[in-house]
Amino acid sequence: MFEIVKKEELSDAVTLFEIEAEDIAKKAKAGNFFILKINEQGERIPLTIADFDRDRGTITTVFQKIGKTTHHLGTLNEGGFISDVIGPLGKPAHIEDFGTVVCVGGGVGIAPVYPIAKAFKEAGNTVISIIGARTKNLIFWEDKMRAVSDDLIVTTDDGSHGRKSVVTVPLDELLRTDKSINLVIAIGPAIMMKFVCITSEKYNVKTLVSLNSIMVDGTGMCGSCRIEVGGEIKFACVDGPEFDGHKVDFDLLMARQRMYLDEEKFALQRYLESYKEKKGGK
Amino acid sequence: MEDKKKKNRIKMREQTPQARIQNFMEVPYGYTPNEAVEEASRCLSCLRPACRNGCPVEVDIPSFIKLIKEGKFIEAAWKVKEKNALPAVCGRVCPQEIQCESLCILGKKGEPVAIGNLERFVADYEASEGEIQTPEKPKVTGRKVAIIGSGPGGLTCAADLIKSGHQVTLFEALHKPGGVLVYGIPEFRLPKTIVEREVEYIKKLGVEVVVNAVIGKLYTIDELLNGHGYDACFIATGAGLPMFLGIPGENLNGVYSANEFLTRANLMKAYLFPEYDTPVKRGKKVAVFGGGNVTIDTARVALRLGAEKVYLIYRRSEEEMPARKAEIHHAHEEGIEFMLLTNPTGFIDDGKGNICAVECSKMELGEPDESGRRRPVPIKGSKFQVEIDVGIPAIGTRSNPLLLHTVPDLKLNKKGYISAEADTGMTSKQGVFAGGDIVTGSATVILAMGAGKKAAKSINEYLKWKYWDFKR
Ligand SMILES: Cc1cc2nc3c(=O)[nH]c(=O)nc-3n(C[C@H](O)[C@H](O)[C@H](O)COP(=O)(O)OP(=O)(O)OC[C@H]3O[C@@H](n4cnc5c(N)ncnc54)[C@H](O)[C@@H]3O)c2cc1C
Ligand code: FES
Repeated sequence: MFEIVKKEELSDAVTLFEIEAEDIAKKAKAGNFFILKINEQGERIPLTIADFDRDRGTITTVFQKIGKTTHHLGTLNEGGFISDVIGPLGKPAHIEDFGTVVCVGGGVGIAPVYPIAKAFKEAGNTVISIIGARTKNLIFWEDKMRAVSDDLIVTTDDGSHGRKSVVTVPLDELLRTDKSINLVIAIGPAIMMKFVCITSEKYNVKTLVSLNSIMVDGTGMCGSCRIEVGGEIKFACVDGPEFDGHKVDFDLLMARQRMYLDEEKFALQRYLESYKEKKGGK
Repeated sequence: MEDKKKKNRIKMREQTPQARIQNFMEVPYGYTPNEAVEEASRCLSCLRPACRNGCPVEVDIPSFIKLIKEGKFIEAAWKVKEKNALPAVCGRVCPQEIQCESLCILGKKGEPVAIGNLERFVADYEASEGEIQTPEKPKVTGRKVAIIGSGPGGLTCAADLIKSGHQVTLFEALHKPGGVLVYGIPEFRLPKTIVEREVEYIKKLGVEVVVNAVIGKLYTIDELLNGHGYDACFIATGAGLPMFLGIPGENLNGVYSANEFLTRANLMKAYLFPEYDTPVKRGKKVAVFGGGNVTIDTARVALRLGAEKVYLIYRRSEEEMPARKAEIHHAHEEGIEFMLLTNPTGFIDDGKGNICAVECSKMELGEPDESGRRRPVPIKGSKFQVEIDVGIPAIGTRSNPLLLHTVPDLKLNKKGYISAEADTGMTSKQGVFAGGDIVTGSATVILAMGAGKKAAKSINEYLKWKYWDFKR
């Protein structure tokens, strides 16, 4: 059992948990993820380790309420427990001094990009960050990102905050004008990562992405998370989650992410109805 | 009359094929006490019993059968447990027909004594009587052993070492202990409550079981041996890396590795969706590929998940199938359609990223290959398609490098499995022993248990002298 020691609503749909997991915190590195399972009936879902505190013995994660499991997770409170937490998993991000790097975080992807931006900054890079979301209420950690970036650009699709555009517009401008940029990191929805890669490929700037495929064990045992990189099958959980974005088959990734759309919809609806009943009954 | 009784064993009653494909309950019901006594009475109590030599963990078969004859079922269970910590499991899943039962003298003229059925009976009987006895606590040695992986190999080694008075911790990557017994072998062949019962027993003996511990990630072997103060490690992490066919379309939705399909269905209980959260595609027309026990388990699970049609597609003929005959028989009974001498060459996309068919080639058998089996070769111009919505390659597994990569001084063989001495489990790294599928490649429950036993013995020796001499 793992205790939730802190809960924070970062935006309308995005929640932060700090979870007590001393041994995982000891080993965690930027880019790692973990798997959690809420209770006996629960499914195993991967979430990024967005931060960790070795002294407090905690890991921090940020999730968006999308399906049944994340909605259920959102109902848990400080002092509540999660039955299983497994990690740290995946290869850590490759951090070194590349010169100038651009870190792009989209939606809930802002959370996992944060520790990477921070690590790049600490390694001596000039860090330019772009964070974006559909609308103002979905942007979070602007301050935290600003603190670890030399420059921060905020975008929203509807223009309710920052620049009215998608993240690739300022990225394109940066790449066009600043030839010192040696690396782009992008984490967010697959479609965003795909377009970031299309953009950066024009300028021939290496781009790393962190892939969020559907997982079960997270240890290379099942192949659920498989994707294609440079025409080869890779397991996102053990070979990644970080990959060379210019080689990733994003269309395949997106198709595989839709595998259980019907089941997910059904489970969520059923959950929300029973949750309403429970609340109404009280 | 007497003779006829001796010739044929007492059949175990089982669910009819029509009934059982609708549920996940165990297929055979088990013996009643009367049936067990009757079956045990077929045993000739040979002066020089051969059956024992066929048991990789040396269960005293004649003695436990004699106790059954005398109606001393609990004592019979203890007799088995002297050597085998998992009798309810082994009674169900061991290939007795090529082990103990193959050596039974009765097999020469008729059917051998149903040793597996009897083993299962005594274990279940003891459990149904409530409180399971644990042996007296041994003297504490102050030594600590870490076991990595809680499959049959790890469980057996843990049980033996704790009986020697060492402190034993069993680390498991998944959230439930049991290895293949919980994630792979389906409920209807091995009910999960039985595995839980066996794990509880081992905990009662004093073994500390730590789940959610991915060794190599959470702790390395060196950290366990140095920082955490373990005197020795036993690695029994199994062969858990799925192999794919390597044909076009294999990443389409609806294509699963057998490991994934079985893990979703068994460990995650997807057959109880939506009560359990994990989904699995319930195909209407399912094809499984391969010819082993795992292939058949997968096919039978697909059927129970509601498939109208399940094809088992295998590139050789039924003769060459490595699966147990009894399992092949069960599959036929349940209506699984065997497409033999057939090789998949590609999965077809429905245009939306889902699989809608598999393209196959007809094969014929040519010259024998290195395995001694006749090599299948494709027949020119024989390509055809089979409509399916779920396709599951079940063609074997390999060594998972996750942990091994973090132990660079551990010698591996050409195939990536750990090099370990067969008799002792010793590896090239001092204090580290290994056994089970991670050494042999996919094998059997009982062989993994045998390896766990041998390793426990040599770990005991090692803890006395801390002497290391690995000769390979
Ligand atoms: C579907 C299926 C059906 C089978 N049917 C039969 C049968 O009927 N009869 C039979 O005799 N055999 C059968 N087998 C084979 C048998 O199950 C295996 O040979 C046996 O389980 C091997 O035991 P093991 O202890 O070596 O490893 P496993 O049972 O594979 O257990 C290894 C354990 O180690 C854990 N692990 C792996 N890596 C790590 C790590 N880094 N840190 C911590 N833990 C880790 C795994 O999660 C797993 O729980 C079957 C196998 C399958 C897949
Ligand atoms: S999640 Fe199972 S192999 Fe990656």
